[in-house]
Amino acid sequence: MKTKKKITPFIYIFPALLLLVLFRFIPILLSFVISFFEFRVTGIGHFIGLQNYTRLFTDPEFWQSMLNTFWLVLIAVPASIIFPLAFAVLLNQIKWLKGFFRSIYFMPFVTSLVAVSIVWKIIYAEEGGLANTALGWLGINPQLWLAQPKGIFTLMFSSWGVQIPNWLGGPSQALFAIIVMTVWKSLGYNTIIYLSGLQNISKVYYEAAEMDGAGKWRQFTKVTVPLISPTTFYVLLMTTITSFQVFAQIYMMTDKGGPLGTTKLIVYYIYEKGFDDLDMGYASAVALVLFLMILGLTILQRRLEKKVNY
Amino acid sequence: MKMRFSDILIYVLLILCGLFMIAPFIWMVSTSLMTQNEFNKNESVFIPKEENYVWRGDSGERKVILVTVKGSHAIIHVLDGQGQISKDFPQYMSVPVAQVKKITKRPNIHLDNYVKAFKKVPFARYFANTLYVSIITLLGVFITSVLSAYAFARMEFKGKDFFFYLFLSMMMVPEPIYLISSYMMLDTFHWLDTYNALIIPWCVNIFTIFLFRQHFKSLPQELFDAAAIDGCSIFGMLWRIILPLSKSIIATASVFSLIGSWNSFMWPLVMTDRPELRLLQVGLSYFNQEASTQTTLLMAASTFSILPILIIFFLAQKQIIASYAKAGLKD
Repeated sequence: MKTKKKITPFIYIFPALLLLVLFRFIPILLSFVISFFEFRVTGIGHFIGLQNYTRLFTDPEFWQSMLNTFWLVLIAVPASIIFPLAFAVLLNQIKWLKGFFRSIYFMPFVTSLVAVSIVWKIIYAEEGGLANTALGWLGINPQLWLAQPKGIFTLMFSSWGVQIPNWLGGPSQALFAIIVMTVWKSLGYNTIIYLSGLQNISKVYYEAAEMDGAGKWRQFTKVTVPLISPTTFYVLLMTTITSFQVFAQIYMMTDKGGPLGTTKLIVYYIYEKGFDDLDMGYASAVALVLFLMILGLTILQRRLEKKVNY
Repeated sequence: MKMRFSDILIYVLLILCGLFMIAPFIWMVSTSLMTQNEFNKNESVFIPKEENYVWRGDSGERKVILVTVKGSHAIIHVLDGQGQISKDFPQYMSVPVAQVKKITKRPNIHLDNYVKAFKKVPFARYFANTLYVSIITLLGVFITSVLSAYAFARMEFKGKDFFFYLFLSMMMVPEPIYLISSYMMLDTFHWLDTYNALIIPWCVNIFTIFLFRQHFKSLPQELFDAAAIDGCSIFGMLWRIILPLSKSIIATASVFSLIGSWNSFMWPLVMTDRPELRLLQVGLSYFNQEASTQTTLLMAASTFSILPILIIFFLAQKQIIASYAKAGLKD
């Protein structure tokens, strides 16, 4: 009887455990192992130690994809915090049509990334695209969008007649276009998360602030922002992790990370090395670098969270 | 109820942002209803329209093509009933401008794009594949999650914390990290290009396990004590007590799982090659390459591929949004 009881819990966790070990745990370890091997078109080759890793240092494409990913994270993450927080605060002020706006904002989040990538690719079409049509209404010249490898800062300053050095050019307009679309896609989700965060803040704090004569803006900066910080950390962590993994947009909207490789992001690079070039050992090394970056950021953010939380 | 100025400002802001969020969808639908010709002309942005010129001459009203206007005369080709240039009239005929009128039909809806897109690519097959894979995956996720969550929530066993943290740590590892090694492993299983590759690795969902565990833990102990006195077995408790009390959390997890499998892309793209096995998103990505210049067809295909999810979303929007909000905060 007693041994039977001891075994029972393991019978219950067995199906999940088996699948997890087979399809998560072993593949994760395996990808570490593969990264030490050389690959040919015919399959696995020799053990080459750390050569795949040392190759990373001299691979300009790898560094470009890291830089591109860095730009995406640098722009998409703050935007995914500021706009949703603003939307949530505004939505929290109103009663009429609240549910309607919430649904409209949330809609992009449930739709498939592949389908909306097609739509946004056409939105950014040079001729007939909605983006250029809308710029036309505002009296702004049409842009090349996904075909524009020049940096957004370069373009901005040159429209004012100022030349800036290349290294200050910023992400290409093509990458910027993809960042806008990526932020649009998850805006609604973050808004919902902020909305439920706001509902957890007790009214008492606002009443106290009002008694002290704090205006709406001061209430926002002194009450809302600090008290919502746990939500901000959650959004920060989730958006950073998902920003590192952007793939479908690049696959669908660009020509292999073009123009001039300015939209090649790290996960796309892994895909390209692994499945186009069949250089799977090297691709696994890149994947492991990505893994270490995500792991490091997660640990860092968890540490900060403990320090800052109220 | 009186509206203050600040309220009006809030509504204006919310409406502007709402327009930005929804404009791509409206534009997608409206473009899918245009002819390619109309899209290329880029005149009607949101509402499809048809423009025709008619000539009201001595022989009644006829459709014409306006070539150009020279002074007080218009140069036209007269069209016959089939829309071809008529042979009964001379080409480049000159008539007074006053007799030529522009007629705009708006909205002018073409459903042809949907029919054409469906004929060009076996989207029906892709839909069926996606539905099959989504439902079997959902069943798998349900079984593995309910069983293991039950053990984690209501049983004591050696190594419980170890297994729990093992599960948790694997949730943090994103899919691209183990994509290549999984591909090689499935290759040795001879599972590439089969439904197995699409279904079995995804029959476990760590997030769902945690969602269920949280809920199962929150159920009152008295229920289980009473059932134990009545001689209810361990599995009986799960079947007769827990599941009936978990309908809403099961519905939540099912929606997450269905939306997840419906929209999954990178994995099926890599693991399958045969056209018969293509899932909707993969099929759509191939269509995007094949028909890259046929804007209106692409828009039609995008529209019907997101329609099922949007219908489910709007039928249960309150519950779905609430589930996402709750699940996000629990983490």
